Amino acid sequence: MKIDRRSFLSLAAGVAAGTALTPLPLKLTDDLSIWTQTFRYMPNEVPVPPDGAVSVATSVCSLCPGGCGISVRKIDNRAVKIEGRQGYPVNNGGICTLGLAGLQLLYGPWRVQEPLKKKEGGFEKISWDQALSEISGRLNDLRRNGKSPSVAAITGAGQNTTGRLLQRFLTVFGSPHFIRIPAVDDSLAFAAGRMLGTAGVPAFDFENSSYVLSFGSGLLDGWGSPVRMFQAHSRWKENGATLVQVEARLSNTAAKADVWVPVKPGTEATLALGLAHVIVRDGLHDPAIEAAGKAFDAFRELLKSRYAPGAVARQTGVEEPKIEKLARDFARSPRPVAVCGKGAGQDPVESLEAMAVLALNALAGGFNRSGGVRINAAPDYIHWPEPEGSAAQKSNGTRLDVHRLPELINGGAQPPVQALFVMEANPLFTLHGAPALAGAVDKIPLVVSLSSYMDETAAAADYVLPVHAYLERYEDVLITAGLKEPLVGLSRPVVKPKFGSRHAGDVLIDLARAMGDDVAAAFPWENFEDCLKQTMADKWDVLSDQGYLAETGPEIPAGGMNFAALVESAELQPPGQGENGAWPLTLIPYDSMRLWGGHIGTPPFVLKTVADTVLKQADVFVEVNPVTAERYHLADGRPAFLETPAGKARVRVHVTDGIAPDVIAMPRGLGHAAYDDYLAEKGVNINALIGPVEDPVSGLDVAWGVKAKLTTA
Amino acid sequence: MSNHGKKYGMLIDLDKCTGCGSCMVACMAENNVPFKKDESNKLVSITWMRVYRLTNGKPFPDTEICYLPRPCMQCEGEHGHSPCVSVCPAVATDYDFSTGIVSQIPTRCFGCRYCMAACPYHARYFNWYDPIWPKGMKESLSPHVSPRMRGVVEKCTFCFHRYQQAMEKAYYESREELEENEYQTACTQACPAGAIIFGDLNNPDHTVTRVVGPDDAHGGRPKNPAVFRLLERLGTNPKVYYTSTREWVRRQADNDAARGENAGRH
Repeated sequence: MKIDRRSFLSLAAGVAAGTALTPLPLKLTDDLSIWTQTFRYMPNEVPVPPDGAVSVATSVCSLCPGGCGISVRKIDNRAVKIEGRQGYPVNNGGICTLGLAGLQLLYGPWRVQEPLKKKEGGFEKISWDQALSEISGRLNDLRRNGKSPSVAAITGAGQNTTGRLLQRFLTVFGSPHFIRIPAVDDSLAFAAGRMLGTAGVPAFDFENSSYVLSFGSGLLDGWGSPVRMFQAHSRWKENGATLVQVEARLSNTAAKADVWVPVKPGTEATLALGLAHVIVRDGLHDPAIEAAGKAFDAFRELLKSRYAPGAVARQTGVEEPKIEKLARDFARSPRPVAVCGKGAGQDPVESLEAMAVLALNALAGGFNRSGGVRINAAPDYIHWPEPEGSAAQKSNGTRLDVHRLPELINGGAQPPVQALFVMEANPLFTLHGAPALAGAVDKIPLVVSLSSYMDETAAAADYVLPVHAYLERYEDVLITAGLKEPLVGLSRPVVKPKFGSRHAGDVLIDLARAMGDDVAAAFPWENFEDCLKQTMADKWDVLSDQGYLAETGPEIPAGGMNFAALVESAELQPPGQGENGAWPLTLIPYDSMRLWGGHIGTPPFVLKTVADTVLKQADVFVEVNPVTAERYHLADGRPAFLETPAGKARVRVHVTDGIAPDVIAMPRGLGHAAYDDYLAEKGVNINALIGPVEDPVSGLDVAWGVKAKLTTA
Repeated sequence: MSNHGKKYGMLIDLDKCTGCGSCMVACMAENNVPFKKDESNKLVSITWMRVYRLTNGKPFPDTEICYLPRPCMQCEGEHGHSPCVSVCPAVATDYDFSTGIVSQIPTRCFGCRYCMAACPYHARYFNWYDPIWPKGMKESLSPHVSPRMRGVVEKCTFCFHRYQQAMEKAYYESREELEENEYQTACTQACPAGAIIFGDLNNPDHTVTRVVGPDDAHGGRPKNPAVFRLLERLGTNPKVYYTSTREWVRRQADNDAARGENAGRH
């Protein structure tokens, strides 16, 4: 057959027409995509999660002080989803971002899998027996040389059984340096102690309040027990209650508030006393307080002389008529409540501020009233016999001078610290002046970290002892943060321990046993579970069955408020920092439900919810008002250098109207150096830019804002 | 109860929503959503449920913020012609008349992304990368939702697997109907503020139906004047409803660049 030009062209046309008309190209595309999707030799094959028997285990979340009940859905022995537990008194089914992402903390490769010992340029794996015998040997050496008080321990676990075991360990060893990471509860308890003469923590009945006056408390940004606060907020919306947020930044709490009162950072106490001035001047206060209050006249005199609205307006930047209106609205509302504790409430506040807030509540007749304040006695269920022994030294459980640790370590009046235990805390990240602390910790010959994760403090430790993750262990969870009435929840193992970790309580008991003598004698329990059951005694069955125990102590009467303590504190309060040309701005940190600044790092799922105006690749944004931005020639999205007296960092600028001029804000929880590939080396740790500021009255570190400057990079 | 099937819908109270992000994380954990080391490029970050931040655009101190959670709107369009279903050449997404849910079948999808272009709510996401779970993390994957592969589109399904499970349970117990609380999405269940209500819009007893008052003659338009939908004028007839007492929020929900008044606000 002859192929001439004509037949060739018609053949080509036919092929073209045929190709165009057949579904072949579409089919081939489809096949190709299916084939590439199911291609067996892809380096990353899409997993098919194995199916199995479904079950639900209940427990209590201990990732933050909130203590929510959780239901964990399991497939055979795998935990696959965490949900809020219906009917649990704290959260009744609701749950926060961190609680939901808890499985990433359980199954993530960032867990410490077996005991590690520091060696040149890294860690080496060692056995538990070896680790405990080496540590106990070194502790016994210290003890033999009469250096018992040179051992210190830091914990975020607080006053639950594990925390108390660590405290007991120190006591019987002979050291007073048991340090809890302080929080706003410590400031409130201190203020209540001074003004009411009671040992207890003020708690707020938000749900039933008609007017909530918050001095910078991030009530919807993780304050107290976060889920309980969200539920209270929804109730306010239903009941028509008013929320007033006093804060320089338009936080989520301020955004949801009915009234946002931007105030100069650090002048919250002044504003609170300015409101008290108006209330007392106009006679809007509860008349009973005048009769019962000690030194009320001195208080009245203080308000009159120093906190007149005009003077307060100048200091706080809140206009005079606004102060008058706020005071009257607060005092005239049927069930008002005032609250302090900035951000998530993980930092102590100035004594004067805490006292002024208590005074405002007293003026409004808010003590022991529905929608007001009550003082809760600390739950008291741990009764162990006093340890015996020559070295046993009464450890002061309320020692909170953790910000003085560098001083303590570097010597000074006391013997330098020779050994440091850190349990369930990450002070090298979460404390102000973190670099100074890191430098000091570096000098300690023996640092032992009891941690589930390779956090900053674990990375700096000589021994890392992996403890069970929160879903693998028994734990009594003491829930006091922001709850109306304290509660003890029970965490129980949801899954079997995945790695070679141990319970922190077991580690302490085993360590005590390895040390022998009276130290061993003070820890007579077989293991932690045994210790917990014996401690709870007849309460164990209820705790185990219902998952919680209401630990409501007697209501502490709040009559006879001692206003003299407040007047005294006002005299001690240093004058506010004046204008300073070198540091024209004030940098404030902020907390958010989408970034966790505590010792638990933000898991990948939660990091995904962070906006690209907060974190972009490795850069953190600093919020700047347009007026400030113009004055210092800063453009939205551009890099800048942020400098404070404590340090310098490279950041990016986010120009927003949601912040007062001359104030700049940066999130907490970024800038991790350790932890994992998902969280590390992103942003800047704001705690490194803020130095500790000691309160003259309580001695707690109350730093929140810091003077700063911002220049274009 | 009528025989013409169910029509699941959602009402989100923007006054109660605090923007905490729990709905987003609940969704990721429930639906095996993948995650990468850097998720700050939001164009390629997969979030079936996404919380947007709206502002009233006023200068300090009159600035206001409102958070707006955005799942898939499960558009009904005209008789099931939702924007994405109409353009899918692979029938990988379809409108289910028995539930009112817009399905998404990853293994049928060949990644043309027409649906993403068609969706006016940006509710659809493309898997630009292989999903990689770091060592040990596969243990937390749920068998009830298939992990998706690179090259396909995915989106919110109103946790359809939960509907299937609830129906199986009902069938096993010889029931034909589900109780209101038997089928709830993961985000509804997790929301700590209780800002989300979920239920069958065809069932007059369900809370969401009582509050919204969907007008079936007009594509489910809410009879309650306090309730609104996003981009109502497009006629997509979504089944996700919102409520807010703030006028500026309601205006932005139905923004129209041509009218100029809300131009550029998002």
